[in-house]
Amino acid sequence: MAADTAGGPAVKGSSGQKTSNPRGLSPGRRSLLLAGVATPVFLMVRPALATPPSMTQAIKDFTGGARLQSGRLTFEIAELIDNGNAVPVTIRVDSPMTDGDYVTSIGIFNERNPLPDVVRFSLTPRAGKAEVSTRIRLATSQKLVAVACMSDGSWWQQTVDVVVTLAACIEGEVN
Amino acid sequence: MARALIHMPQAARRGDVIEIRALIGHPMETGYRPGADGRVLPRDIIRKFTCSYNGERIFAAELHPAIAANPYIAFHTVATESGTLEFTWEGDNGFAQSETKKLSVNEA
Repeated sequence: MAADTAGGPAVKGSSGQKTSNPRGLSPGRRSLLLAGVATPVFLMVRPALATPPSMTQAIKDFTGGARLQSGRLTFEIAELIDNGNAVPVTIRVDSPMTDGDYVTSIGIFNERNPLPDVVRFSLTPRAGKAEVSTRIRLATSQKLVAVACMSDGSWWQQTVDVVVTLAACIEGEVN
Repeated sequence: MARALIHMPQAARRGDVIEIRALIGHPMETGYRPGADGRVLPRDIIRKFTCSYNGERIFAAELHPAIAANPYIAFHTVATESGTLEFTWEGDNGFAQSETKKLSVNEA
């Protein structure tokens, strides 16, 4: 019985606090309501596409976190692409390609394809010329980054923005 | 056996930089595309391409699904000596193919 009487005033005290609040909401309940309004923003379904953070991570995996410098690298690609299914690209690196100074690897990364990696090339001084070409797929208009590593351990990059009108990767089988 | 096309000169002068263009017939199925029945087709791509010049590896590429169907790769090499260039492609589902091309190198 002693416990009941002790509990009574405690309940009264708390309800008194509530009525003293002009809107009848304790700070705890108000923040709970606010959280309820804010939650759907975080629950928005993200499409299964490579997002810029995943591209940054893929580049970091490739470079091992080395500092990227701009220049020495030319990334040739059309700015306006009609068909994203086969886009010609050429990467040219300003390097003498001698035994003492050559390009060891080149990587291409994208922002909005399902996966951030596109291709990685390994070169040797026997290439004679640091220039490679291939054809890639692009899901949508996005940013592409080409990264090259030199034999002295320096990393170089170039970023390009492209506009794609017909997307690859999304359409079904062509009948 | 997929059809592979390799374009490169048959002969070159010693020290010349030659361009090699390699193309192979392959669907490069991304693993993200629905097929005719609406179900996603499993991934089937070429993962790796290498080129060896008289047994020494001079070029390699790691391919991802973002490479277009019928992968085309162009690169360069210095003509050092007469011999064979071997091209290999490896991929999913045990895909493996190799092609060879002869190159004769003349004195400048």
